[in-house]
Amino acid sequence: MTAPVAARPTPAAPSGAAPAPAPGAPAPSRIAAAFARSRAEGRTALCPFLTAGYPDLATTEATVLALAEAGADVFEIGVPFSDPLADGTTIQRTSQGALANGTRLADCFALVGRLRGRGVAVPIVLMGYVNPMLQYGLDRAAAEAAAVGVDGFIVPDLPTEESDDLLAACRAHGRDLVFLVAPTSTDDRLRAVAERASGFVYCVSLTGVTGARADLDAGLPGYLARVRAVTDLPLAVGFGISTAEHVRQVGAHADGAVVASALINHLDGFSPAAQPAAAAAFLRGLRGE
Amino acid sequence: MAVETVAPPVADAPVAADAPVAWPDAQGRFGAFGGTYAPETLMPAIAELKAAYAEARLDPAFNAEVARLLRDFVGRPTPLYFAPRLTAHAGGARIFLKREDLAHTGAHKINNAVGQGLLAQRLGKQRIIAETGAGQHGVAVATVCAMLGLGCVVYMGEVDIARQAPNVARMRLLGAEVRPVSSGSRTLKDATNEAIRDWVTNVRDTFYIIGSVVGMHPYPMMTRDFQRVIGDETRRQAQEPDQIGGLPNAIVACVGGGSNAMGIFYPFLGDEEVALIGVEAAGEGVASGRHAATLSAGRVGVLHGSRSYLLQDEAGQVIEAHSISAGLDYPGVGPEHAYLKDLGRARYVAVTDAQALAALQLLSRLEGIIPALETAHAVAHAVELAATMPAEQSVVISCSGRGDKDLDTVRAELGMDR
Ligand SMILES: Cc1ncc(COP(=O)(O)O)c(C=O)c1O
Repeated sequence: MTAPVAARPTPAAPSGAAPAPAPGAPAPSRIAAAFARSRAEGRTALCPFLTAGYPDLATTEATVLALAEAGADVFEIGVPFSDPLADGTTIQRTSQGALANGTRLADCFALVGRLRGRGVAVPIVLMGYVNPMLQYGLDRAAAEAAAVGVDGFIVPDLPTEESDDLLAACRAHGRDLVFLVAPTSTDDRLRAVAERASGFVYCVSLTGVTGARADLDAGLPGYLARVRAVTDLPLAVGFGISTAEHVRQVGAHADGAVVASALINHLDGFSPAAQPAAAAAFLRGLRGE
Repeated sequence: MAVETVAPPVADAPVAADAPVAWPDAQGRFGAFGGTYAPETLMPAIAELKAAYAEARLDPAFNAEVARLLRDFVGRPTPLYFAPRLTAHAGGARIFLKREDLAHTGAHKINNAVGQGLLAQRLGKQRIIAETGAGQHGVAVATVCAMLGLGCVVYMGEVDIARQAPNVARMRLLGAEVRPVSSGSRTLKDATNEAIRDWVTNVRDTFYIIGSVVGMHPYPMMTRDFQRVIGDETRRQAQEPDQIGGLPNAIVACVGGGSNAMGIFYPFLGDEEVALIGVEAAGEGVASGRHAATLSAGRVGVLHGSRSYLLQDEAGQVIEAHSISAGLDYPGVGPEHAYLKDLGRARYVAVTDAQALAALQLLSRLEGIIPALETAHAVAHAVELAATMPAEQSVVISCSGRGDKDLDTVRAELGMDR
């Protein structure tokens, strides 16, 4: 890998070491702009998740392209890890498949570089566990993200307590660090996230691991209201979101819905060549079209 | 940078002695190692656990109950036994065995299970989960749950279920549900992943009893504290005139996650004259790539909630470990061992499957003690080490467990059924 350069004009990182307060700190990123647009259009932002390299990198690339054309608002690209301890069986399986294909963090950056080269302007966030990022180098990862057009990171095993180094790297390179909150998060913890987060806040919909579910958690509205009370950042709800009805329900309390396992399970029913079109149709279905 | 000392006075711990060191800090850091790399869903429960443990440690009633159960239920103190024929065989320093194999359920794991089980009860949690490799921790947790009347689910890799069948039967007899884990390497690493997923899902009513000095803070500290009884007893027993009559020159213990080693090392950390040696599993040889010698051959990374040495590839993917002994077959290691290694306070060596098998037979024939395959790794190195030391010196082996559970593996390896 050659040393990456921050080529793209990026929103300036807040200067100084102290965590900036959420309201109005960084200039709006590409992610913030995407949520602002869907909000202005009165829509719930749709955030599809795909594991990079499953079933293979070419299919991931083609599927992202098709989803972008079909109007996806923000992409989450899963970086495969050998021990995905916050994931259910679907993402465990896709991660293993992608690793077997040789997909590593460097390939995820290259994938996003190719997608930008093919004109995809939708924000893309890499979602993956901390160890592959540590081995890559946190500052190097943030710099490479800036160079290829990755807008930010979501790291499910990096709570605020352990996030100083990655946060500094992201700020230095104008990337968003998206934190997860959970129904179990105390108000103090929500405030700690609000102080550090940028881009959006990823609201885990339930107490559990990723995976498609039949129903949303009954406590969701009250929990999202608690998150809303501490931040003006967009809220995206993920884990278990599977149907257009789920998206509609989430949209009443949040800005976006992340759809992962349900999308992946659906695509597993198609040959790799047919998956891009199937994904686009699935996304339209989630919008109730 | 000011070192923050948060450890409450350990004089109140079950078997008292002063805390020899001031780590970990409030963030659970042992130098650059440790920490809390956990999903947000768990963080409030982890904070609750930290607070409850800090309080329990200072509560005389809690410590008295731990001490009572260790005495009357576990059968402590375990003996420190002079091994005359093993000593003669090695032809050097006198060899002593700290007999954790005589603790109830047959290994040191019960010390920690009693402590964490009582803590779960104190927190009002009715459902216990655990991971297990060799099955000794699973059996210990199932035993404590039966004793305390708590529900128990144990995650165990399919490979380990096959090679540690007697322990699976024991857990089921004790009323625990054993859930087979079929992901990844189907051994301890994946059982731990599955236990963490269960905890993430059921965190509101479930207590996770981790079986070694691994995982997110406060587990490495807590498990060490509950296991230090091994070292506290050893220190006292060694000084008796009819035993060593002073401190041993070296202590040797096997290291999977590192709990029996940390338990026996900890009270000696301030005694610089006592050499501390951890023995990892070299499997088919470190050069073969099929081993579990994390400290000897790993690089620093994050697995199961803490930063420590780790067997991993260049890109940070965890590599499957290999050892004939299920309890050492783990690609991670406790963060305090990583720190002790970097400080130079302990050193770490590795012993192959074949050496461990030979040592298991040696201890059986010379001393009438069939050790666990895990323990046999420590025996193998201790015999080599003792041979290099003069007769007036002494070595203590942490005899972490008994070998009954390994008879299937040993019979097959030695061709005893042919
Ligand atoms: C007898 C025995 N010794 C040692 C170990 C390894 O664990 P640790 O390194 O935590 O002591 C095990 C684990 O199952 C065991 O059963």
